[in-house]
Amino acid sequence: MKTLLQLTAIQKSFGAVRALKGVSFELLPGEVHALLGENGAGKSTLIKVITGAHQPDGGTLVVAGEVVSHLTPSKARELGIACIYQQPALFPDLTVAENIGLRLKKTGLFSRVRWAGQRTHAVELLKRIGAEISPDAEVRSLSMPEQQLVEIACALGSGARIVVMDEPTASLTQKEQHLLFKVVRDLRESGVGVVYISHRLEEIFALAGRVTVLRDGESVGTNAVDTLTESAMIKLMVGREVSSIYPPSEGEPGKVVLSLTGLGCAASGVSGVTLDVRAGEIVGVAGLVGAGRTELARILFGITPADSGRISLNGETIFISSPREAIARGIAYVPEDRRRHGVILEMPIAHNITMAIHPKFFPGSILRSKAESLLAKDFIRDLGIKAYGPDAPGGSLSGGNQQKVSVARWLATKPKLLILDEPTQGVDVGAKAEIHKIIRSLAKDGLAVLMISSDLPEVLGMSDRVAVMRGGKLVEMIDKKHADAHTVMSAALGTNGKDAA
Amino acid sequence: MNKYFRELTVAAALLLLMLGLAIFAPHFFQIQPLISRLTSQMPALILAIGVALVIISRQIDISIGAQFSMCAIIAGVTAGAGLPLGVAIFAALGAGALMGALNGVLVAWLGLPSIVVTLATMVTWQEALRLWQQGRLLPLPAGVQWFGLSQAGGQAVVISLTFILLIGAAWALKNLSAGRFIYATGTDAEAARLAGIDPKRTTFGVFVLMGILAGLAAVFNMVQSPQVQPNAGDGLDLKAIAAAVVGGVAISGGRGTLWGVLLGMLLLANVNPALTHFHQPPYWEKAIQGLVILLAVVADGLRSRKNRL
Repeated sequence: MKTLLQLTAIQKSFGAVRALKGVSFELLPGEVHALLGENGAGKSTLIKVITGAHQPDGGTLVVAGEVVSHLTPSKARELGIACIYQQPALFPDLTVAENIGLRLKKTGLFSRVRWAGQRTHAVELLKRIGAEISPDAEVRSLSMPEQQLVEIACALGSGARIVVMDEPTASLTQKEQHLLFKVVRDLRESGVGVVYISHRLEEIFALAGRVTVLRDGESVGTNAVDTLTESAMIKLMVGREVSSIYPPSEGEPGKVVLSLTGLGCAASGVSGVTLDVRAGEIVGVAGLVGAGRTELARILFGITPADSGRISLNGETIFISSPREAIARGIAYVPEDRRRHGVILEMPIAHNITMAIHPKFFPGSILRSKAESLLAKDFIRDLGIKAYGPDAPGGSLSGGNQQKVSVARWLATKPKLLILDEPTQGVDVGAKAEIHKIIRSLAKDGLAVLMISSDLPEVLGMSDRVAVMRGGKLVEMIDKKHADAHTVMSAALGTNGKDAA
Repeated sequence: MNKYFRELTVAAALLLLMLGLAIFAPHFFQIQPLISRLTSQMPALILAIGVALVIISRQIDISIGAQFSMCAIIAGVTAGAGLPLGVAIFAALGAGALMGALNGVLVAWLGLPSIVVTLATMVTWQEALRLWQQGRLLPLPAGVQWFGLSQAGGQAVVISLTFILLIGAAWALKNLSAGRFIYATGTDAEAARLAGIDPKRTTFGVFVLMGILAGLAAVFNMVQSPQVQPNAGDGLDLKAIAAAVVGGVAISGGRGTLWGVLLGMLLLANVNPALTHFHQPPYWEKAIQGLVILLAVVADGLRSRKNRL
């Protein structure tokens, strides 16, 4: 059988971050090949290499026996590569038939739209995948899974031989999933190769023939699915030792600072979260992307206020309806998207650091640039921010130093509870260790820290306890003694912990 | 690149123009006409200060001309009814604040795009004035012109108050929390919100201030002539926005200074008199102003392209 797709030793770096360090992958016709890995293992980057969105820095890419050197998205489409993303990329104001028609053939600017033909073709494709969707419906009116089916119809119609599916079932109901499974099997029967990405192990067992596991940007092995158990798969995903570079926790945690009881917010899909965080303690929040971790932080910070449950801070029950209120209560939130939300890149470091303390630091709202500058200098020294001075614009700093500025902004508020969201994402190794040291020393000084992270070694290395979230709920609270990659990952994936161990 | 590159460029252009006039048309610098021309530009400068704040906070207000006309008529009617000039001034500022507050509520709290909101309020105020005044010129009672002072005295009051306002606003923008909040909101409203700043309140405040400044501009315009036109503000909106853009206020928000706005205003306002003094047909005025604006926008575009990498 001729190989449809052959990737050998693919490498890709973004600045200092090496996303792919040599990944090999192979896809045969009529095969469903699953791709498995933790958050940040390099799955998305690999998909983007396959679809031509990213150019690899090294390695070879062979499509249907031919070496492809400069793959672009349009060339990938010509070669019969289609990708179905979690979030369908359709035109919401056009009908289903129009969307399919637009996707299928490249037409000249003035070529006439053949409405009847377009519609017939759409009906045919929708029928082939068994979707009961009217071709005349506006895409806006379709549900997410229906839109995914339209995407699949597009892929089919374009004669794709390689279909990449990125967590296609993430937003589907049980019934819709079965429909999708049937479509995937049909694709397989007709000789299409499917690259199937999912965190749900049971889906991989149900659909895939082989599975390739990615870890830290490397492929750690390709196996036939029926030779593996769930436990073995998880081991492959996480299989590494936590390095000992993490600063150790010291002393006993103090009194409870934050206490949540049955906290939820329907709009952001979080429910029933019960959790205590003590002074001097770092509670890590682990979970897969979309498990509701950032959403929980946003509830605590008043961005999307809670609609059920109770928050109490230092024993006092409070309601937080806006970030201003959260700040006034002593809650600080270092957001995930540092470049957009953590630091205002156009503004000097000093302005960034005082951003959240204007009412306190500048009484009468008159700015005092000397005091501001001195405060910034203190933080630059204490946190080891590498910059030419308090007047350096945020945009001139490296990622790690921007993150330190973002942390400094919140330390300036003298918080009781510090929430960190992916504190070391996209930060180089040296700065990462420094940030870890800072976080630990803050905890030592009596701060309660809630640290959301997708970086499993970081969660395990830094946390005194690990809270694992899945589907908007806190599913497990694991003590440091019992927390290892395996238990945390099992809880995050929702497989039975004992079974897996 | 220097932080004040744009301001310096515009200042250099202005200086060059003045130098050319000094050499080839020294008549330009006769003191009386110069002061009259300067005085006549003060209302537009006040509008430009306001709209610069609006643009820095990443909004736009194209209803400022209509607000100006409305405030002028309200002040004129109040004064015409025999009430003291102070009451008329207060009425103009109050009317401006209310109109600004309406824009502010719609933009900040309903989240509507400011271009659409202010387009709608612009047409509304213009048409309301047309119905109310039927295009009549509104004569003003004696004692309104030049605040009842001599012409020279009135001009001195208008010019000095405008410059005090400019200096105060520029100081506030740099030295008050509110000024910092305006820049932060304009750069990224969500980032500002996550830092505990209330971008809605900031946006609302800016629109209200804009309305009050439109009222003040209307008063400073009213005192310069014996009557008020119901369409006095037509064209002033674009003039003010153009001055801000030429002076380096980025349409994408978060960047600009009021000193740049002053320079932009002076540069654009001197195109016409310069043409006259160079004995060129005045028809070129708009074309040259348009070209200057285009140059400024292209410079912004090139700059942001470079920053985008």
